[in-house]
Amino acid sequence: MNSIILSFENVTFTYMQEDESVKPAVKDLSFSIQDGEWIALVGHNGSGKSTIAKLMNGLLFPQIGKVEAMGKLMTEESLWDIRSQMGMVFQNPDNQFVGATVQDDVAFALENNGVPHEEMVVRVKEALQQVKMADYLDHEPHHLSGGQKQRVAIAGALAMRPRLLILDEATSMLDPQGRMEVIETIRELRKATGLTVISITHDLEEAALADRILVMNAGEKQLEGKPEAVFRSGNELTNLGLDLPFSMRMTHLLREVGVELQGEHMTEDELVDELWTFYSRK
Amino acid sequence: MMEKMIFGRFIPGDSLIHRMDPRAKISFVFVFIAIVFIANSAETYGILLGFTLLVVFLSKIRLYFLINGLKPVFILLIFTFLLHIFFTREGELLVDIGFIKIYEEGLRQGIFISIRFLVLVFVTSILTLTTSPISITDGIEVLLGPFKRVKLPVHELALMMSISLRFIPTLMDETGKILKAQMARGSDIGSGPVKERIKAVVPLLIPLFVSAFKRAEDLATAMEVRGYRGGEGRTRYRQLNWRLIDSLSLVVLAGLAGILVYFRL
Ligand SMILES: Nc1ncnc2c1ncn2[C@@H]1O[C@H](COP(=O)(O)OP(=O)(O)OP(=O)(O)O)[C@@H](O)[C@H]1O
Ligand SMILES: [Mg+2]
Repeated sequence: MNSIILSFENVTFTYMQEDESVKPAVKDLSFSIQDGEWIALVGHNGSGKSTIAKLMNGLLFPQIGKVEAMGKLMTEESLWDIRSQMGMVFQNPDNQFVGATVQDDVAFALENNGVPHEEMVVRVKEALQQVKMADYLDHEPHHLSGGQKQRVAIAGALAMRPRLLILDEATSMLDPQGRMEVIETIRELRKATGLTVISITHDLEEAALADRILVMNAGEKQLEGKPEAVFRSGNELTNLGLDLPFSMRMTHLLREVGVELQGEHMTEDELVDELWTFYSRK
Repeated sequence: MMEKMIFGRFIPGDSLIHRMDPRAKISFVFVFIAIVFIANSAETYGILLGFTLLVVFLSKIRLYFLINGLKPVFILLIFTFLLHIFFTREGELLVDIGFIKIYEEGLRQGIFISIRFLVLVFVTSILTLTTSPISITDGIEVLLGPFKRVKLPVHELALMMSISLRFIPTLMDETGKILKAQMARGSDIGSGPVKERIKAVVPLLIPLFVSAFKRAEDLATAMEVRGYRGGEGRTRYRQLNWRLIDSLSLVVLAGLAGILVYFRL
């Protein structure tokens, strides 16, 4: 099981521009991702996250270093094969809806890859069931909420039965309700299929759900580790312009005023649990 | 008035005509347009009108709704009718009130042209009213298929058309938002001299263009990520199925043409 699904080796990428003085958007980056992991990639605006996502599926190629995915080196030749095993969902729900209706959109990647019609019908239905949108087959995009559109986009990726799903700030344009819908969908998917997920996000509450967090700063990897470990370096994150999850900030503040909490609480539920059992444990 | 206008709108339903194959419907309309020009007498125009009303009846779209929705077209119709009546000076003089002189031939021509116009508008409206834009696109793509041989980018054209259709509501929303944003900053598009109004449109169009380009760029990336690389080796999710009724409709149309030619001979 523990095989590497994606790896970056000393990758440097610079957007080519007129003036030669531009800094690389990604600098000497190395990391690898195991099959079945959930990775969160966080960092402030312009820290290179989207560039990394584009390097992952061959929309961009690094000037230095190499990218390997699904056991293959990313090249012009292997690109389409790798892409067919990799789903990607972007930020703006409107700008990635290609089809006229939900089912057309989900079928788009299947059509591109020449999947026969009977197989398509099965896969479209299956993918829409996985994101709980099966009742919306014939709906047009402008009659769907943002969260629903993003779930359709996820279904469009899932229809190819990918091994890896990349979400580039897929929840950042949604209201809290839509955000919950999408996060919940991802959690359930992982439970059901063991899909590898890379989610790029500003939201550390979302990142807290991941197995591992990579923190980017100005194109370089600043921190890497389990959410607990990354969050423990509190000030360093705040300096990078990232907000700790509410429950962790609350824990820190409570400690400052002398409440002797034990854990580092990454979710509100954990914090509430400790608080309401606080006196009885004393 | 714009809301009531039904030209180019789609009304979902499940009539016989709704369920027909878009290829059959599109071919039908084109052949019909040609056939209309065979008619030249009271009988033939009568047959055409009767046939058209039958089509409307089969589509289960209410005649009243159709007429109401095509009001602007009727103004044009009445105008051409009057033109013919007053300016054709042939045949017997029917009415002569001072400067108004109506001749038999003028009345005849006026009525014929009106029927021809009416029949064409009705049948094409029935096509768009009973066929979703995406089905029309599918139909056109398949019908134009043979032209791929002469390097006509049929698949690309059809995809462009379906994406444009898909983005119309999105861009309409966007226009509304920009308009409100501009109004909130004191811009006034609704009044003033024409020159001022045109000037006020510019700050509306520029943000709209910028955002449309941004959307196009995002969409292109999303398509590429999902493995799009042109029509080569692609399969189709939407299947068109040609049924007996579709063949029959064309046979009926051939019959109509036969009858019209017979009367003309
Ligand atoms: N197409 C481009 N051409 C030139 N420079 C670019 C391009 N896209 C991004 N950049 C630059 O590369 C750097 C990294 O951008 P990137 O989009 O990867 O950041 P990001 O972490 O995704 O930011 P955000 O959180 O805003 O999405 C930025 O300095 C940006 O200005
Ligand atoms: Mg980004």
